[in-house]
Amino acid sequence: MRKIINSVDEVVPDYLNGLARAHPDIVAYDPSTRLLHRAEPAKKNGSLVGLVAGGGSGCEPLHAGYVGRGMLDAACQGEVFTSPVPRQIVRATLDADTGAGVLHIVKNFSGEVMNFGMAAELLAFDDVTVASVLVNDDCSIADDGQNAGRRGLGTTVFVEKIAGAAAERGWPLPEVTRVAEKVVTRSRSFAVALSSCTPPMRGRPIFDMPEDSMEVGVGISGEPGRERVPRADSVAIASLMVSSILHDRPISAGSGVLVLVSGMGATPSSELHILFNDVFQNLAERGIPVSRSLVGNFLTSLDQAGAALTILELDSELTELWDDPVHTASLRWGC
Amino acid sequence: MAKDSTKIESRAARGGTITVLSLARWVGDCAETIARNRDLLNELDASSGDADHGSNLDRGMRAVEKAVKVESGELPREYLRRVGTTIVDEVGGSSGALYGTFFLRLALAADAATQIDAEHFGRMLAAAATGIVDRGGASVGDKTMFDTLSPAVAAYGVSISAGGTLDDGLVAAAIAGHHGAESTRDMIAKKGRASYLGERTRGHPDAGSVSMALIIDAAARTFV
Repeated sequence: MRKIINSVDEVVPDYLNGLARAHPDIVAYDPSTRLLHRAEPAKKNGSLVGLVAGGGSGCEPLHAGYVGRGMLDAACQGEVFTSPVPRQIVRATLDADTGAGVLHIVKNFSGEVMNFGMAAELLAFDDVTVASVLVNDDCSIADDGQNAGRRGLGTTVFVEKIAGAAAERGWPLPEVTRVAEKVVTRSRSFAVALSSCTPPMRGRPIFDMPEDSMEVGVGISGEPGRERVPRADSVAIASLMVSSILHDRPISAGSGVLVLVSGMGATPSSELHILFNDVFQNLAERGIPVSRSLVGNFLTSLDQAGAALTILELDSELTELWDDPVHTASLRWGC
Repeated sequence: MAKDSTKIESRAARGGTITVLSLARWVGDCAETIARNRDLLNELDASSGDADHGSNLDRGMRAVEKAVKVESGELPREYLRRVGTTIVDEVGGSSGALYGTFFLRLALAADAATQIDAEHFGRMLAAAATGIVDRGGASVGDKTMFDTLSPAVAAYGVSISAGGTLDDGLVAAAIAGHHGAESTRDMIAKKGRASYLGERTRGHPDAGSVSMALIIDAAARTFV
């Protein structure tokens, strides 16, 4: 296994320690609670809504890289590809509450939904108002009730940024929740993988993958996709992604969009920009201008090769919140 | 002849009720069984998930072995509650929530009993099965642990209603559970991460249905 680690059992705490030491002005890691939260100087002043997200590790920088001013108050990281436990979520929520309530940002993965659900049940005993937004933007999955529902992919980053900005502006919990849900409603994702990935605990790839093929409709936890097809060039991949997203939720010509092209971990920046270039071109031909964009590794699947496209139809409210200052390990502007 | 009937009687007496000590033996057996089958469960999970079902359960059961020692005079309800809470706190993912709920619902339904008879254990199993549905929303045929638990609980109930002993009921449950796990081989997953793979999930049993069969099997081994 070609990994720079010490012990497979310590991958998550070692990562979080490293992240906190690299950004001591932004985040701190508490091994006793297994929480990555804002460092003292970045903590909220006054009665502002708290934001807590969590999920299996392996999707870095999701969620730990998005803790800081303008985004999350705390990230609950589980084991690799395993959702966090209720105890972490309860602790993070109580810590994040300033009296204005806390929003849980939950990706629609069964384990994550169940553990956040158990945490919410436990929090009903405490004096804290909890709201929750479910991110389910993966349009490669049929919305037909024959599966666990659409996974949460790149829209999670948009929700964390935009709801984070709303919370930082001092909006009350129902308003922060409303804008978070609005992002989910207007955003869709689609991902392809060119390889499997190697979870440290397993030490070898999850599945075999011939070089001339690709998995279409993958998530961010290493499982195979909906189907395996012959590998295509970037123009064709961009076309498949864009048409799948727009088929699911049409966007009229002239509406500005926010585009995220995120690598899955092992695809170089140059290739991600090649794909973005083709997505941009494809959208331009449909009369849809890309008014904001993000290209790089923003949510990943360990060392998988591939990319995920997320498109959010902006309006003035969402654009303003997107442009608000943010200061986290993995997103920073305006400050 | 007399000797034989004494033997049968004493076996029935030992197998007739469950105490907190037999519950602890069961949990210990579960931990050993899961450890022994860890790689098998991981491989089953690899076909449609992320190949960690065995490792996650093993981590949880090791934590239980380490942290939850049965205390003298402890009620079954208290012991099972500690087992469930430890699993919920240590495992994470669907497995942690579902198996934690399984043990917590067994605990709730144990009431204040110190000795649990066959009929009472049937109510506990039924409560655990309801808990799995509450938590995960699965139905029979969704290719989940419920495809093992549901027929096992039903077979247990049939056996006890027909006058069977605890032992008879558990053997019936274990057999039905194994058939249930095997029945998932030809199913298409409708719950969990596996459900995103559609047709590709056919051809191998669900990892959670197999671990549940192992846990019921361990009960049949230890409660006699």
